[in-house]
Amino acid sequence: MRWPHVRTWTPRPAWAGTPLIAALLFPLYWMLVSSVTAESQIFESPSLVPLGPSLDHYRALFDERNFLVPIRNSLIVAGLTTMVTIPVAALCAYALARLPMRGKSALLALVLAISMFPQISIVPPLYLILRELRLLNTYPGLVLPYLTFSAPLAIWLLTAFFRQLPRDLEDAAMLDGASRLRVLRDVVAPLAAPGLASTAILTFLYCWNEFLFALSFTLGPDRYTVPVAIALFRGRYQVPWGEVLAGAVVATIPVALLVFVFQRRIVAGLTAGSMKG
Amino acid sequence: MTGPTSPLERAEARLALILVAPALGVILLVALVPVAATLWEALHRHDLRLPWLGRPFIGVGNFAEALGDPRFRVAILHTVGFASVSVPLELALGLALALTMHSAVRLRTIVRVAALLPWAIPTVVAALVWRFMFDAQAGVLNASLRGAGLLGPTFDWFVDPLAAWVPIIAADVWKTTPFVAVLLLAGLQTIDHALYEAAGVDGASSTRQFLTITLPLLRPALIVAGAFRALDALRLFDLAYVVTGGGPGTATEPLSLFAFTALLQRLRFGYGSALSVTVFLLTFAFALVCVRMLGRSLTEERS
Repeated sequence: MRWPHVRTWTPRPAWAGTPLIAALLFPLYWMLVSSVTAESQIFESPSLVPLGPSLDHYRALFDERNFLVPIRNSLIVAGLTTMVTIPVAALCAYALARLPMRGKSALLALVLAISMFPQISIVPPLYLILRELRLLNTYPGLVLPYLTFSAPLAIWLLTAFFRQLPRDLEDAAMLDGASRLRVLRDVVAPLAAPGLASTAILTFLYCWNEFLFALSFTLGPDRYTVPVAIALFRGRYQVPWGEVLAGAVVATIPVALLVFVFQRRIVAGLTAGSMKG
Repeated sequence: MTGPTSPLERAEARLALILVAPALGVILLVALVPVAATLWEALHRHDLRLPWLGRPFIGVGNFAEALGDPRFRVAILHTVGFASVSVPLELALGLALALTMHSAVRLRTIVRVAALLPWAIPTVVAALVWRFMFDAQAGVLNASLRGAGLLGPTFDWFVDPLAAWVPIIAADVWKTTPFVAVLLLAGLQTIDHALYEAAGVDGASSTRQFLTITLPLLRPALIVAGAFRALDALRLFDLAYVVTGGGPGTATEPLSLFAFTALLQRLRFGYGSALSVTVFLLTFAFALVCVRMLGRSLTEERS
């Protein structure tokens, strides 16, 4: 509980957080600056502010390395996974939060346990199965493995979210004779929109960032996702840092946009998922 | 729990099963069955490069081979060592960041964005940025340290077996400390401000307030954050793969990376599965301990 008329505990001047903010943001700033610095300058005279910035690395990224392909792959895989995950997880989460059921806590514990699985522990059979089904190097071949972490994550977040929703409206609608499904559609769904949105954002982020499955189940540049593509950039003689960093910036942009727009909801989702259990 | 009695309750219980079924099916199909399949695969000799040998059952042969493999033992040491160095660092710095976020009221939005960015970006991006900053030729770090006379002109972090861990740990701390801070901040915000006022009236210094109010009340949040971080650290893969590739040699190779190499580069699926199982068991054992610690508070809240 916070008191509106009392300032927060040990109030500090507004600049107290500045060094921390600087430390957190510097690597990203440095990535941005270096990505617009000519290759020769990166090595010889690194400078804190870009001197004569150029977009050459970005041009090379899209013209020579076809970076639109991994971007498209990542958007499709992350988008599909989110679209499959959210409805399935929402129904399950509602049942876990509201309906009478045996073994609820066991099921929730299982969901949490699975979200903590080391991914490597299911790579071998998934690889063999996907190979058998000729799904290696395809979009479904990534969406299916991605469900292993997206479904538990979404169920966990949404269960916590549904529990926080006020029950009264649902009970009133039930007393008026509405069926549970009708309540779900007409009463719960509108209330749940913010929770569904933040869960969808987090699910999308996890898929956009995922590396190990994408590295294991794609075979070539035509299906690489963004993280795999930039991790596997190779130059002829040395690491092409300019292009690598330009790729890293491009991979960061959608994430940064989501964070700027939805920061409150993301924090709410994160803390609801871990604190309210 | 007693069984459902009224018709409405029975209908609701039936509905619950129907709603849960698709999710349960997905989890069963893509997570539980594969884990069992990995265990089964680990009991076979299965080399995709030697398909004519088939897939004979060899019992615990692969596990026995792993135990005799020095690379395996070192990889376990690396995994556990990495977790026990990085997690305490992240908890301490995360607490500092959370306290700052809690008190810097006016800058809260910008601090929150600054904190969320490292957490939200792909691990691969974080890995590349830190590898770049530690790079011997192009890196800003070596340039500054050389300028200050702290480092020889030829020092290379990625050539030294121990120094190569520094960029990995730095990247992990940078990326995950904000996550810890966000969890701890939520914990801080649940602490009743009246406690501090009372302590202040009684003349307790802010250090004492921190030690006797903040820390004890933050304990559950610290346990949750520490557990999340440790479970994540035990499956370390992305950072090691991108920052050092496990090198020099195998000096920074964690268990997950060793398993990945055995599986997808040497195509030894039986042996690689056995290694994957050990990652799973390591995590599982630790998770059991955490669940024990947390389970009580979870069930209390539910009832």
